Amino acid sequence: MAQAAVNKERSFPHPEFTDSEAGALTFPSSTSRSYNYYKPAKARATTYEDVTFDVQPDPERHLSQGWIYGFANTPGGYPQDWTRLKSSDWHQFRDPNEEWEKTIYRNNAAVVRQISLSLENAKRAKAYSHWNPAWVRFIERNLGAWMHAENGLGMHVFTAAQRSAPTNMINNAMAVNAAHKLRFAQDLALFNLDLAESEIDFDGQVHRDVWQNDPAWQGVRENAERLTAIGDWGEALFATNIVFESLVGVLFRSDLLMQISARNGDYITPTIVGAGENDYSRDLGYTRALFSMLTRDEKHGDENKAVLGEWLSTWVPQSLRAAHELQPIWSQPNEKVVTFADSLDAAKATFRSVLADLDLEAPKELDQ
Amino acid sequence: MSRQSLSKAHAKITELSWEPTFATPATRFGTDYTFDKAPKKDPLKQIMRSYFPMEEEKDNRVFGAMDGAIRGNMFRQVQQRWMEWQKLFLSIIPFPEISAARAMPMAIDAVPNPEIHNGLAVQMIDEVRHSTIQMNLKKLYMNHYIDPAGFDITEKAFANNYAGTIGRQFGEGFITGDAITAANIYLTVVAETAFTNTLFVAMPDEAAANGDYLLPTVFHSVQSDESRHISNGYSILLMALADEDNRQLLERDLRYAWWNNHCVVDAAIGTFIEYGTKDRRKDRDSYAEMWRRWIYDDYYRSYLIPLEKYGLKIPHDLVEEAWNRIYNKGYVHEVAQFFATGWPVNYWRIDPMTDTDFEWFEEKYPGWYNKYGKWWENYNRLRYPGKNKPIAFEDVDYQYPHRCWTCMVPALIREDMVTEKVDGQWRTYCSETCAWTDIKAFRPEYEGRPTPNMGRLTGHREWETLHHNRDLADIIKDLGYVRDDGKTLIPQPHLDLDDQKKLWTLDDVRGINFASPNILLNEMSDADREAHVAAYKAGGPAGRPAPAKV
Repeated sequence: MAQAAVNKERSFPHPEFTDSEAGALTFPSSTSRSYNYYKPAKARATTYEDVTFDVQPDPERHLSQGWIYGFANTPGGYPQDWTRLKSSDWHQFRDPNEEWEKTIYRNNAAVVRQISLSLENAKRAKAYSHWNPAWVRFIERNLGAWMHAENGLGMHVFTAAQRSAPTNMINNAMAVNAAHKLRFAQDLALFNLDLAESEIDFDGQVHRDVWQNDPAWQGVRENAERLTAIGDWGEALFATNIVFESLVGVLFRSDLLMQISARNGDYITPTIVGAGENDYSRDLGYTRALFSMLTRDEKHGDENKAVLGEWLSTWVPQSLRAAHELQPIWSQPNEKVVTFADSLDAAKATFRSVLADLDLEAPKELDQ
Repeated sequence: MSRQSLSKAHAKITELSWEPTFATPATRFGTDYTFDKAPKKDPLKQIMRSYFPMEEEKDNRVFGAMDGAIRGNMFRQVQQRWMEWQKLFLSIIPFPEISAARAMPMAIDAVPNPEIHNGLAVQMIDEVRHSTIQMNLKKLYMNHYIDPAGFDITEKAFANNYAGTIGRQFGEGFITGDAITAANIYLTVVAETAFTNTLFVAMPDEAAANGDYLLPTVFHSVQSDESRHISNGYSILLMALADEDNRQLLERDLRYAWWNNHCVVDAAIGTFIEYGTKDRRKDRDSYAEMWRRWIYDDYYRSYLIPLEKYGLKIPHDLVEEAWNRIYNKGYVHEVAQFFATGWPVNYWRIDPMTDTDFEWFEEKYPGWYNKYGKWWENYNRLRYPGKNKPIAFEDVDYQYPHRCWTCMVPALIREDMVTEKVDGQWRTYCSETCAWTDIKAFRPEYEGRPTPNMGRLTGHREWETLHHNRDLADIIKDLGYVRDDGKTLIPQPHLDLDDQKKLWTLDDVRGINFASPNILLNEMSDADREAHVAAYKAGGPAGRPAPAKV
């Protein structure tokens, strides 16, 4: 039997030359080699536009039969009233990062390699053994607490919001934002694991208690939890990427950790946190592009600015309170390179610049 | 990363979630399922540190193959018969993929299990990958295949075409209505676990046999992500089964999801595989044989039936009826014939069947020629313009079908058509189960139980309604299915591009009136409608009208 099976005549398709290459014949549309159903932002469509635009259909564009499945009490698809913000044409938005699958994996895999190399080298060089106890406590408690915020926002703000916006361009940008946050949170968690397994006395579990109970972190946790509770995707994006990230995220990551780690003998944390900052820089890019489009909308710009103003008055005090409650951690390291006031001033300055870009007035609370 | 360190890393990242005390995540999407008693089930472990480099490596292979295909002049060998159907398939599939990404927060909202949330978030990124990598494959086809027309209007055509709408259910069904019905049972437990086998495994096999090795490259890369998605779905299903109150909903949703997937996916993929191939080796599997292996044996017998021990009521009758429709009732052949009947309102070309094809069909489906052979001979005879109208408007013993209100595939197995007055309108359904889906399942109450979160069937569900009593030429022009000379149609009932005289233009289809069967049905008197429906059900196979009563 076995021999018979071996000798059985193999079956395979026969290659056939069909001459079905572009240019083999000339006929109507034989040179029509670009997606012609949308207008690219510039003269020539980018790959990003080609693989993203109109994949999520829209009854206002080509969707002639409308959405064919709905919710119990609301239409299906992507109703525009899932945010209070309005646009004359949501489809004008383009992600300045031009994210599609190739960029997502290329960029994030590069970050993974960078961080993995840093962590391997740190282990080899016994880099953590030089840390002073105060810095060890600082990292195990504060960086440990922060990773919860990153994960919570990635899962319950950005992953959630990418279901809801009216175009594929916006939703994909938010999906990539979610991927950044979740990867960064895991980068921090696995750094925490490395430290817990290293030769130093590092408590890899205390982060939970700090996040849940340490008074310094309750303002941040409250802010993060309230961001996840927002139903309006536009408000969730604005309150997170424009307000919370500027006043709390950048404050903690850039204006504290990135400034003081080196002086405390730690060259690993800035590598990891720097990657998170780079993510945020990209994510702020698309967020600014979106809200700029909305505040400059000829028809709805003023109304949008009023709505964003309302949201600023809700979320700026919340995030400022979270920032102020964090103040005690500035005094925890041995080397106190920056003061809380300096860090907060820097964060506020960045925030003011973002608001100016969006043509929004800085709320009065910022002056306090 | 070693297995041990992966487990440790995975355990660590589960520490990232917490019990909120100030506010809980917004519940945007409701479900009638409950998970209060559910034990937490873990899906496959996946962490970003290993995920991103793994996917990057998979991408590099895909893009390397794409470069190689161009350098190796793959398009000298691809069969146009095959590539033309890709204009339809690749216009549809990126939307279901991206819809799967959008469905993930619905499942996250509904299921209280952070381990599963993590798996679902990774799936979200996978689905963005799948959607954009498929759009990019289509762009490559458009750039390098002889006839780019149809690829060039792809997403517009998807959104305004009758076949695009059929495919759109396989996407909209993931993102609307009850969160578990949509994002778990319909999407993951049925669509991904069962039907991606024919979509992403059987179809690429056929592509390769037709000289196209890029479709297999891209879709096998896509399929390699599916096992994680299947694991997500299975975990949620087991959690749902822990609560007795969910059983009734699970039974409803499995029936709906199974049947709708069968109606939609088997119609499309069956046609692509059986009528899009030039490979007529007799030892090659037919779609029915592939279905038997991939869906009946691998899914139904190996995945679904074992779930009976957890108390899940499996729709055995519908599985058997799906098989019966495919093998005995000619479901795929009827659908392919319908696509070819409607060629003027397609955005791809359909090659006539030849004697070689007839012989293969007869071998695989004994009796095929007696049912369908004559019609395909007529299709071949009427393929050029000048002396005749498009086949749908010639007398070839074919009655244009009523459309199923639910799955939107026409009621092609004529004797099975169900007609009911629902919400004040006469509706036709391809089957009892599709009628049940509209009349019983997608309602705010199911078998006396409130189901406030269940979705609704909406929209202009009969495509022909939009174009009733209009001139065919105007319809085609408005749809945008005209080539860049402003008159030649994108669709053609043949593959001959060498002679302009063989190509149909708007002038060739002007003066032909297009009518909606559903509008006409609703305009009939009760007696006329009853007689019409009885005659319709007596018709077939192959769309033959019932013989007139003497």
